[in-house]
Amino acid sequence: MIKLQVNGQIYDLDVDPDTPLLWVLREQLGLTGAKYSCGIGECGACTVHLNDEPYPSCSITAGEAVGQKITTIEGLKGRTADALFKSWAEVDAPQCGYCQPGQIMHAAALLSLSPKPVPHEIDQAMSNVLCRCGTYQDIREAVQKAAEELEK
Amino acid sequence: MKENATGLSRRNFMKVSLMAGAGLMVAVQMPVGGAKAAPTLKASRGVGFVPNAWIRIAPDDTVTVMIKHTELGQGTSTGLCMIVAEELDADWSRMRPEFAPVAPVYKNPDFGVQATGGSTGVKTSWDALRHAGAATRELLLMAAAEILNAPASELTTENSVVTHGPSQRKIRYGELLEKAATLKVPENPRLKKPEEFKIIGRPFPRLDSLDKARGRIKYGMDFTMPGLLTAAVVHAPVLGGKPASVDDKETRSMPGVRDVVTLDSGVAVVAESYWQAHKAAQTLKAQWKGGAADLSSESIMARFAEEIQEKGIRVRKDGRVGTAMTAAAKRVRAVYELPYQAHACPEPMNCTAHVLPDRCEVWAPTQGQEPARDIAARITGLPLEAVSVHTPYVGGGFGRRFVHDFVIEAVQVSKAVKAPVKIVWSREEDIRNDFFRPAFYNIVEAGLDSEGYPIAWIHKGAGQSQMDRILETAAPSGLPQWLPTSARYALAKVLLPVIKRLKSPEAAMSGSVDMAYGIENVRIEYIRADVPVPIGAWRSVGDSRNAFVKESFMDEIAAASGKDPVELRLRLLKNAPKHRGVLELAADKAGWGKPGAEGIFQGVAVHSFHGTPVAMVAEVSVESDGRVRVHRMVCAVDCGVAVNPKLVKSQIAGAVIFALTATLKSSVSIREGRVQQSNFHNFPILRMDEAPRVEVHIVKSADPPNGIGEVGVPPVAPAVTNALFRATGKRIRRLPVNPDDLRT
Repeated sequence: MIKLQVNGQIYDLDVDPDTPLLWVLREQLGLTGAKYSCGIGECGACTVHLNDEPYPSCSITAGEAVGQKITTIEGLKGRTADALFKSWAEVDAPQCGYCQPGQIMHAAALLSLSPKPVPHEIDQAMSNVLCRCGTYQDIREAVQKAAEELEK
Repeated sequence: MKENATGLSRRNFMKVSLMAGAGLMVAVQMPVGGAKAAPTLKASRGVGFVPNAWIRIAPDDTVTVMIKHTELGQGTSTGLCMIVAEELDADWSRMRPEFAPVAPVYKNPDFGVQATGGSTGVKTSWDALRHAGAATRELLLMAAAEILNAPASELTTENSVVTHGPSQRKIRYGELLEKAATLKVPENPRLKKPEEFKIIGRPFPRLDSLDKARGRIKYGMDFTMPGLLTAAVVHAPVLGGKPASVDDKETRSMPGVRDVVTLDSGVAVVAESYWQAHKAAQTLKAQWKGGAADLSSESIMARFAEEIQEKGIRVRKDGRVGTAMTAAAKRVRAVYELPYQAHACPEPMNCTAHVLPDRCEVWAPTQGQEPARDIAARITGLPLEAVSVHTPYVGGGFGRRFVHDFVIEAVQVSKAVKAPVKIVWSREEDIRNDFFRPAFYNIVEAGLDSEGYPIAWIHKGAGQSQMDRILETAAPSGLPQWLPTSARYALAKVLLPVIKRLKSPEAAMSGSVDMAYGIENVRIEYIRADVPVPIGAWRSVGDSRNAFVKESFMDEIAAASGKDPVELRLRLLKNAPKHRGVLELAADKAGWGKPGAEGIFQGVAVHSFHGTPVAMVAEVSVESDGRVRVHRMVCAVDCGVAVNPKLVKSQIAGAVIFALTATLKSSVSIREGRVQQSNFHNFPILRMDEAPRVEVHIVKSADPPNGIGEVGVPPVAPAVTNALFRATGKRIRRLPVNPDDLRT
């Protein structure tokens, strides 16, 4: 049995502690917003926040995540999250959408660290998440737009 | 759907019914022999074809549009809803897409089978959906006229509300359904004139953006149901290999494992969860047989280079090429090589199947619902009606999901374990077991007249044709459905060599065979060089290769004759006004020929994919270590009516990034029969900090809409490498670009 704190809730889980956090979130908790795409921490589609910092959930085991504050896309809340969801929809950033929860998780972390990111910062932070559909230009715009919204 | 026979005409009829709680359903349908008769391939190909669609209006005014195409990210579900909403004057906030089940009415008219590909979504739905929307609107007007006791001429429609002008009385669509169900659907509704459009042509927001951003969209990978088991599949390490013997004793003892199923294609480990299955699969001790262990990329290319010396299959012949070559003042010749490419869909291959004694349900992230249904029927032995294919939102397709190998595995495993099973491929299995974009070896030669203009052009290409795979997958589904399933597969097998002979050579040379340049003497030849590498359709199919060949070589001609690459193309395109239009627009917007920023160099390419021309100007710089940076891509496209200009721009901008990956970064190579790449560390995808700014300019047009999903791919590589030539004087003739070749 392990204890995980996910989106503000404590879960007691009967799961092999070596299981990657990603699969515990997806299969045990039904939180499918974090996506499996590479399994080796290369693509960022499975990004969650561990203690408010973005991390690929495929690359940490459930055992290692014990005691950490885990936030998934489903639990991402607050002003920054709202601004991002709004700008993402206004810009129509997603195409297939598979990587987009990962993109949002990184964007949220970026904006809380650097509320007025310059283009170079955006590019650097968001390069952690691959988008095969190539929505990068729209993501850039959406992050900027959310930052502007938060400044108001 | 219950049929309401009252008031239905025999020809071009529409079915109308009031379903309990579901509202009004109107389906434009082709006339068929009877309720059970299956339309023939002939009918679906267009003879007397009435394009089809479904509209469902609920009492709360929600309008559901049945989407016959897979939503892979291209935005088809939004675009098709817009077409209906426009003619229906529907409230946009209440439009809802629903992915269509397998039915003859949803066949893709361009293919003869229900499938998504070839950038055909809007193009093949335009007339049908406009007609369906307009007919429904007129029907609702008639119903309103009766209820309000007013002449229809005094009624107007807007936002799903009918208004009686003189009295200002209003009635919602949802309130008209019962009355409408008793009326005859107009056969020839008036369609709007383009100047009346309020929705079409405007950048309406996608219907799925917010849910995708919030992670609320359910993909095939996210599917679950009570009792669902998950299987990890392991395939042979060598291409074409099959399981010989499997020692699964340890595997079966691993936690959560329910079964191990040996398939023709590999071994499936079935467990209670994916991670258990995946972990247990690593303990399998499998022996493999067959396969092409002596295969390597180098040996394949060497074979292509040898076989290209032979005479190929002529897919185009204009004038007298030999004579013109002899008479030419100057000759130019070049060899271009392109590697295999993987699709690397963000969502790895997966599929859920539930085989029961009397039916089979499949949840398939597929681009071919009908071939998926048919193969499931074949495996289970069930009649077609007993097989349902449900299409979820899909995490990228790019042509990969047209092949249904993963559907076969899911159905076979579910059948074997008698439970619902989701098969999930790891990224490694996904890359290694792809159906790759074919590698090709090309020789191009041109004869120039004394002024430097090409008078003769020969393009020979050697490699595998992606059309072979498309035909293998689709052929059984294209045969008449009154034949038993097994007979359709047997017949398809017999017919395939003939169909391949007819279709595959030209398809392999697509983008070259239909070249728009006005050159008097042209010969395009295909050299079929079959090697045992699985290949398939990859976004923009043959054009993804041949545009690189054609547009690079046109640049070589310009360089050889000292002409401006844009001027030369414009002159040769004098009979292709749309090509000229996009080329002039892109050149103008990019400031072609004007002094630009220090160290930035431009290159140009123009290409048409399935009737949509696009021109691109690439702006690049090269570091002294050969590293390439693409700063800006200026694109101009003429796709007819841009139903949703934002979606058009997104498709082009996204395609540019997709193609830049193949131009600058990724390739698939083979050594000792094994695919060398396995994940994003060695099949790298362009990242945001490498992505250029993409500008997309759309030519205003009143022509019917044409495809947009793939056309952004072909011109990217040649525009970039032509710019690299201007930057460095070095001509790139092999992709992806190797920075070592550009070092100064």
